[in-house]
Amino acid sequence: MLISLINLSYLIGAVAFVWGLRLLSSPDTARRGNILASIGMGIAILATLVAPISGGDNNYLWILIGLVVGGGIGWVAAKRIAMTAMPQMVSVFNGLGGACATVLALAELFKYYDGTMTMGLGQLGIVLFTLLIGAVSFTGSMLAFGKLDGRIKDKHVILPGHTIINIILLVVVLALAVWLMIQGSAAGTGLMVVFLVASLLYGFSFVAPIGGADMPVVISLLNSFTGLSAAAAGLIYGNQIMLVGGILVGAAGTILTVLMCDAMNRSLLNVIIGGFGSAGGGSKGESGDQVAKEATVTDASIQLFYANSVMFVPGYGLAVAQAQKALKELDDLLEGNNVDVKYAIHPVAGRMPGHMNVLLAEADVPYPKLLDLEDANAALKDTDTVVIVGANDVVNPAALDDPGSPIYGMPVLEVWNAKNIIVLKRSMSPGYAGIQNPLFFHEKNRMLFGDAKDSIQKLVQEVKNM
Amino acid sequence: MDTVLQFFNEQLIMIYLLIFTIILGFEVISKVPTVLHTPLMSGANAVSGVVIIGAILLIRQADSGDVLQLGLGTLGVILGMTNVIGGFAVTDRMLEMFKKKKK
Repeated sequence: MLISLINLSYLIGAVAFVWGLRLLSSPDTARRGNILASIGMGIAILATLVAPISGGDNNYLWILIGLVVGGGIGWVAAKRIAMTAMPQMVSVFNGLGGACATVLALAELFKYYDGTMTMGLGQLGIVLFTLLIGAVSFTGSMLAFGKLDGRIKDKHVILPGHTIINIILLVVVLALAVWLMIQGSAAGTGLMVVFLVASLLYGFSFVAPIGGADMPVVISLLNSFTGLSAAAAGLIYGNQIMLVGGILVGAAGTILTVLMCDAMNRSLLNVIIGGFGSAGGGSKGESGDQVAKEATVTDASIQLFYANSVMFVPGYGLAVAQAQKALKELDDLLEGNNVDVKYAIHPVAGRMPGHMNVLLAEADVPYPKLLDLEDANAALKDTDTVVIVGANDVVNPAALDDPGSPIYGMPVLEVWNAKNIIVLKRSMSPGYAGIQNPLFFHEKNRMLFGDAKDSIQKLVQEVKNM
Repeated sequence: MDTVLQFFNEQLIMIYLLIFTIILGFEVISKVPTVLHTPLMSGANAVSGVVIIGAILLIRQADSGDVLQLGLGTLGVILGMTNVIGGFAVTDRMLEMFKKKKK
């Protein structure tokens, strides 16, 4: 009787995951979807706590300690974290899931090597796979966290010939896995530790050369890895809900990865091999003798005040400058003067999928005002003034007309179709990808130098005084 | 080869489930608007914390004197629970922001 109840609970939990994720992919139902999935998780955990087991001492105290400590850390972190630090937070949580799978695989292997448990070859293979992918997801996510948080700069972790090093590491890791399988239970824990260390190292090294504009891709990819590790752990335990949950996450992560790659018109392999910035040698680099025209705060505010329509193009710089609330204030002032204000969101603007949407939502910008790439490009033709706030590569015309540019072929926001362009920028330095942007020298463009938040606040003051 | 085939036969139902869930996952999630990319990612991320179930089973099946297994299991529960609670809470916070703005 109890066992049927447990199985039924797992089934309900699995359906809740599927339905929850389905609801999560539509704006009106997303919040309900998240709650539904969390209820499914609660049911699954409760069922696991009371499920009849063969052997073992239950050890509920240990479980309770784990649940309280983990739940406490998770809750406090989720409530305390600033909305702007969301990409880092998601990355950390993701890494912990991977680490959990790796710990499970280790526990199985310890039992296997001390002779208290036997495993078939297939089973052993799955345990090793769980360990590997969980470990890669863990160190990869932690490095991604460091990069997103600005603690680690790309140049600190990229070695010369990094692609070769990664390939060698991957070969070593796979060879170790094969060796462990051939050796079977004779391999011992020493070799297991070597395999663990190599896997952890590979995760770090794998993410190291990927940076800047490629971050959204790698974050989604790591997300799908964690899903896979959970699913593989599900196979170890013969547990259906772990398998279903893990695979769903793997699918969600893969879909996002593909969307992000499409948005840059690059293949996943190309992103992984990396070198977005370093490949820029072939570009024309025609900036030498050109001079970008500068705007004053007064010029810019007049252009905004008397426009019929204004389009803001936010990028990572908006997040860095924490300028989203100031931008919303400017938006409100202009709307009050009957200016139609919209936002153009490029799919890879920022450092994680949907980064700009979260940032603007935090500043209370209603989401119908955010246009995606296609709609924005259609609307740009009828826009009077475009204001580019901390975006660079996603508005670079070289993507369309300079075959030598590393971003050639990437769909971009065609802001030059608008009547006027204002670029808010600290200096003339190239974007994160290290590519010069001919847009800055475009005849329609004026540069407004300074910190984005500072510049926007000055614009707000000017517009108020008009 | 025999052991692989044997494994396949033993795990047949799980393999069916695996394949159908892959197909289902792609069908259910495929069309995501940009506005939901982050919440979907972070919600899915919380779901991947389902691996905590394995950690709970590990602890329950261990002998009360087996400190290595209990230690690993507890570490697993802490990691998994942080992922689950943190993931769902952060996603809810994000989605609450989106909701407020609806006209």
